[in-house]
Amino acid sequence: MRLLVIEDDPEVGAYLVKGLKESGYTVDHSTDGKDGLFMATTENYDVILVDRMLPNVDGLTIIKTLRATNNKTPVLILSALAQVDDRVKGLRAGGDDYLTKPFAFSELLARLEALLRRVHQTAETETHFRVGDLEMDLLAHAIKRGDKVVDLQPREFRLLEYLMRHADQVVTRTMLLENVWDYHFDPQTNVIDVHISRLRRKIDKDFSKQLLHTVRGVGYILREAD
Amino acid sequence: MVLFASSVLLLLGFIYWATAGYMARQTDATIEAEITGLAEQYRRRGLQGLVIVITERMARNPNGASIYLFAASDYSPLAGNLSHWPQATKTDDGWLNFHLKKNLLDGKSHPARARPFLLRGGLHLLVGRDIYELKEIQELILSALSWGLAITLCLALIGGLMMSWSMVHRLEIINQTSRQIIMTGDLSRRIPTRGTGDDFDQLVDNLNTMLVQIEELMVGVQQISDNIAHDLRTPLTRLRNRLEQMRWQKPNIDQYHIQIEQSITEADQLLLTFNALLRIARIESGSHNSLQASVDLEILVRDASELYEALAEEKQQLITIDLETCPQIQGDRDLLFQALANLLDNAVKYTPEGGNINITLQHRHPKIEIIVADTGTGIPLEVREKVLQRFYRLETSRSTPGNGLGLSLVAAVTKLHHAQIKLENNTPTGLRVILVFSLNS
Repeated sequence: MRLLVIEDDPEVGAYLVKGLKESGYTVDHSTDGKDGLFMATTENYDVILVDRMLPNVDGLTIIKTLRATNNKTPVLILSALAQVDDRVKGLRAGGDDYLTKPFAFSELLARLEALLRRVHQTAETETHFRVGDLEMDLLAHAIKRGDKVVDLQPREFRLLEYLMRHADQVVTRTMLLENVWDYHFDPQTNVIDVHISRLRRKIDKDFSKQLLHTVRGVGYILREAD
Repeated sequence: MVLFASSVLLLLGFIYWATAGYMARQTDATIEAEITGLAEQYRRRGLQGLVIVITERMARNPNGASIYLFAASDYSPLAGNLSHWPQATKTDDGWLNFHLKKNLLDGKSHPARARPFLLRGGLHLLVGRDIYELKEIQELILSALSWGLAITLCLALIGGLMMSWSMVHRLEIINQTSRQIIMTGDLSRRIPTRGTGDDFDQLVDNLNTMLVQIEELMVGVQQISDNIAHDLRTPLTRLRNRLEQMRWQKPNIDQYHIQIEQSITEADQLLLTFNALLRIARIESGSHNSLQASVDLEILVRDASELYEALAEEKQQLITIDLETCPQIQGDRDLLFQALANLLDNAVKYTPEGGNINITLQHRHPKIEIIVADTGTGIPLEVREKVLQRFYRLETSRSTPGNGLGLSLVAAVTKLHHAQIKLENNTPTGLRVILVFSLNS
């Protein structure tokens, strides 16, 4: 997987490059908007991470230029501008996801994986998911763990659907809030945890093998292996 | 000044025309009337009659103010008090202006004005007035008016100078105070007023009100930075201490992991607080572009209660909702949700186990109210204002998690939406937070 990081802050840039390389990605780094745009248009990348405020050419212009030339490489915007307005502007320009600085590296990784996954499979049209012996049928709106039918509330159903779509992948609490509840906000307490433990009671409680795991300090992961 | 002088001139000119001019016109009118009368006498009573009338009239004004002359067709005098027909050319409107040789009383030559009239049979009649007095009066009025003009202009000049001096003086007072405030940064100074309530006093009052507002803002900023210093420094110190401890304790790998985990949690908490602060500041500085969208409060309330229901259930609390259908409002959906979430978070936090939380959405046109009521401990009356301030927390021990920014954020969001926030007692116990949205704004 090849990534391009366009970030002018040397500290943040180095941190990103190091972290991403350790996570197994091949990373190119540009500290300037103009060079970044040049690299983005001439090379093939799987994901481009771009800062919004850059010297010479700003992040939004880079994205707009890419999209105008029919370049569909997924773009993750990193920005200190955190207002809803800024976020909307970024996504409207053609960005695929928006992460506000400062961010936890784990959050970045999770979002990056989600982006890559979105591109490499057309999961949206899938109607049947399976993780271990947990099965979900979107058409019948039915969930089974082994032979046992699991009965879920509508929101719990959406929560599990999101987790199953991103099986074997860490999802953060913010990702869940944004995608399952569809609100961008900072909860004062971890309300999500309570919903997860409710869900866990329904799908994991009477089984020896746990599927829904907590990743400390990051979020959750649904997977068969421990 | 030129404008003032010319208008005064115009006014005096009018006075002159109305007084002296009136007198002259009056004289002319009397003469015309007399001529008409004498011509009538001549027509009715003939030459003889006219001579008698003229003689009678001359007898009635012995000082010779009235001039009569009845002359034959060759202008030789027949009757009257003029020795001969005056040598003067007729003006365009048929008047004769000439000088009487000698006045009977003072022996001076007087100006006179007369009108000739041609009678039937080629005889001439001349009726006139000695206008010496009229001229005198006219000159008197003219000189009085000229003096008046001069005095008025002088007074205006002096008055103007005095007025502008007083204006400059008062401006100087304002300038001086402003300069002092700028130089010393002492915002408690005020510009003195005269107490007359004039325009200057109003200006000074407005400036002073502005100073009061700036001072309040400055105090606010001061408070916030004090708060930041206190509330961010404490966790930062904690974080630093933990890291330092790790350095000299050299813990084993498991303890090390735990310590690092705790440090990250601490840093995350700091970031959250910091973000919340920034967010409040941004909302308060009010970029209103985000208020363009229509927001369905019913959905918002439903979603929020659903999100927090699970949390409440952990404490055996019950969240109930009463929703009335109401029109959508203009606003920022995410911010409104954040506000609602903060209120619910507080309600769950400060209501004991087994309590109740109720959210009501009601439409009382033109107002929409969201009421979050709980059966918790409530907020004492005397600190209700304070809980909306940043970092204010009811518990001094700060044992409950939270950063003291929850309600400040709610207050900021409400203000951004031109809504009001009210805190009331819930009966029999607990708190009611009411957000009042106005549909007009």
